[in-house]
Amino acid sequence: MKCSNIVTQMQMLLLSTYFLFSPERRTANMAASGGRTVGSFLWKCGNCCFNFNTVSSNLTRQVLSRQLCVSAVLHRKNLAAAGPEKFSEEFIKKQVEEFNIGKRHLANMMGEDPETFTQGDINRSIAYLFPSGLFDKKAKPLMKHPDEVFPKQRAVQWGADGRPFHFLFYTGKQSYYSLMHDTFTKALAVEKHQDRLRGKDLFTQDAKQISLVGSRWLLKEELEELLVETISEHDYARFIQLMERLLSLPYCSVEEDFVQRYRRQLEIQSSKQQVQPLQYDQHGVAYSTGDGRRKTAMGTVLLRDSGSGSISINGTNYVHYFPVLQDREQLMFPLHFMEVLGRFDMQCSVSGGGHSSQAGALRLAISRAMLSFLSEGQVETMRQAGLLTPDPRIKERKKPGQEGARRKFTWKKR
Amino acid sequence: METRPETVSIFRTQENDPVKTFNEGCVMVRQPALELISHLKRADYINPTLRYLLYGVKGSGKTMSLCHAVHYCSTQGWLVLHIPDAHLWVKNCKELLPSSYHASRFDQPIQASNWLRNFRTTNEHFLSKIKLRQRYVWTKRESTEEGRPLGELVDMGVSRVKSSSDVVGAVLKELRLQAGGTEGGFRLAVAVDGVNGLWGRTTLKKEDKSPVAPEELTLVHNLRKMINNDWCGGAVIATLSQTGSLYAPSSAYLPQELLGEEGFDSMDPFIPVPVSLYSEKEFESCYLYYLDRHWLQHPHSQTEEGKKELIFLSNRNPSVLERLCAFL
Repeated sequence: MKCSNIVTQMQMLLLSTYFLFSPERRTANMAASGGRTVGSFLWKCGNCCFNFNTVSSNLTRQVLSRQLCVSAVLHRKNLAAAGPEKFSEEFIKKQVEEFNIGKRHLANMMGEDPETFTQGDINRSIAYLFPSGLFDKKAKPLMKHPDEVFPKQRAVQWGADGRPFHFLFYTGKQSYYSLMHDTFTKALAVEKHQDRLRGKDLFTQDAKQISLVGSRWLLKEELEELLVETISEHDYARFIQLMERLLSLPYCSVEEDFVQRYRRQLEIQSSKQQVQPLQYDQHGVAYSTGDGRRKTAMGTVLLRDSGSGSISINGTNYVHYFPVLQDREQLMFPLHFMEVLGRFDMQCSVSGGGHSSQAGALRLAISRAMLSFLSEGQVETMRQAGLLTPDPRIKERKKPGQEGARRKFTWKKR
Repeated sequence: METRPETVSIFRTQENDPVKTFNEGCVMVRQPALELISHLKRADYINPTLRYLLYGVKGSGKTMSLCHAVHYCSTQGWLVLHIPDAHLWVKNCKELLPSSYHASRFDQPIQASNWLRNFRTTNEHFLSKIKLRQRYVWTKRESTEEGRPLGELVDMGVSRVKSSSDVVGAVLKELRLQAGGTEGGFRLAVAVDGVNGLWGRTTLKKEDKSPVAPEELTLVHNLRKMINNDWCGGAVIATLSQTGSLYAPSSAYLPQELLGEEGFDSMDPFIPVPVSLYSEKEFESCYLYYLDRHWLQHPHSQTEEGKKELIFLSNRNPSVLERLCAFL
């Protein structure tokens, strides 16, 4: 990523106008100081300050900032009770325009082509220009398309005369019921199509089916997001039932597009493993290496074929290095699982952590080294056994006001 | 043999003593022990005594080989001086009396009397045969005359706890003098387990909190005299032991490391006998023995795979294997 242009103060200021903080972090500080203008720009914050659907302009910015100050102070206590914010359509449109302009400015700043500037490039540029030492991903600066930032909201559902637009408005869950109606209509259409074919004697049982392999139905949360309204579990179950009924018809491939809209692809897990090829040393003996980590312990293993099952760790025998049985069992687990106990010779080196974490690190290293000797199916079984997953647990941080990570100070009544 | 269970039980783990469990004491016949026994058979006892040192990693079976050799000696009619663990004499001693015989030395009455009791049970039939060649004076009123049987001396040591260490010294001196003798000669086998304890440091302290050196203990002093090869007519079999040793790292098992310079010099012309882990056949026989005795209850341990697991987990180390199989 080149930054050949000198990022001037002006450009930075310009950038900041299009630059949004994550709306999920509501801080009282932000709200209170949200009105404080630095220079001539405004930190836009997607939460409390926008009860006014006014278009901001250069002149009204100063006014707005003062008003924001006041409003924030007044509304600070009612933040929780205010409920989700309402954004009008014009506001969202304006945000989209500003985002696009900001994207082009950013591309210019970074010396890249504005036409082919993707979201990934944006993320990288922001991380470069505004480095953050914070750990929480949600607290770091971000610049995303307003559709992703502001929650989807429904436009007003009724006209000036008070009559609702949608015919199912008074059911309460209009999108859901309209979806159900649509699906059933499609099912009826498919049946009609089938009857027509039967009438022409062209009906065959083995018509082309929709392939459902490698995809799953939409989750309840995803469906709620799509419909922009809450549905209950019962409703979700009925929806899935109806879709399955649609799929049970032989000629459902007519409505394939409709069905695929409500399915998501599953990721294939095991293809993420990278299996290194076997290496051969001067005597023609196959060997491979692997390394693993567990909770500050790091271990490496050199696995040699056609051995006798001898293991040396850091130069000493493993019986002396791990006097505890549990650690030796951890070492044994991958070999015993694939039933190759006496086949390999191992030279391990391990450092850091305690004896248990060293054993865990070595176990992961051995499993990884063994991958090159095994077939695809065996790799899959290893993965399902959990031998190839690095253990993510680490020591939890101690919090202030508590004695440890979870333990609180002794509570004294008086 | 009735001495066998006692000697085994002394230095094995108390809770899961396989001797009591199986109602028999079994020793696997292994290479190091056979080597020792063949040496003992071929050696001639006119020359000064040969010293054999068994060494190996922890748990590889040194003590059991020693036991086996001692058993052989006693079947051959030798007099056996067995010290189960020399480390017991240099640590955890409750009472330390200043010696009556020598001003700067210290006595350990409890250990000495224990040992004398064991000695009595081990070598019953020798006690009446050996006669003392010297007169020993214990106190103003007590003395043991020349020509009295050794048994009397030993009994006196057991009953008079205060002078038991000196009695031990006397016993050792007598045996040393008479071992190679032509009239009524017997062979003397000195078997010491944990011989590296004699030259290391002790955990004992004098009243002014200064540490006691091993030379200042009567028992150790006398035992060292036995191990010196200035007498003839017997053999000295010793094992190194890291388990009870003080101030030695747990990975040390070679003679130089465990004996220290002083010990190595005094033991110097010795025949080292390395004791290794179980070979394949030895492991097989141990495994089959456990199976035969129904010691391995778990159904999986009786299969081939279970056996492979056992090999892996214990790496054919005898003590580790035993502890593993204990809960199977």
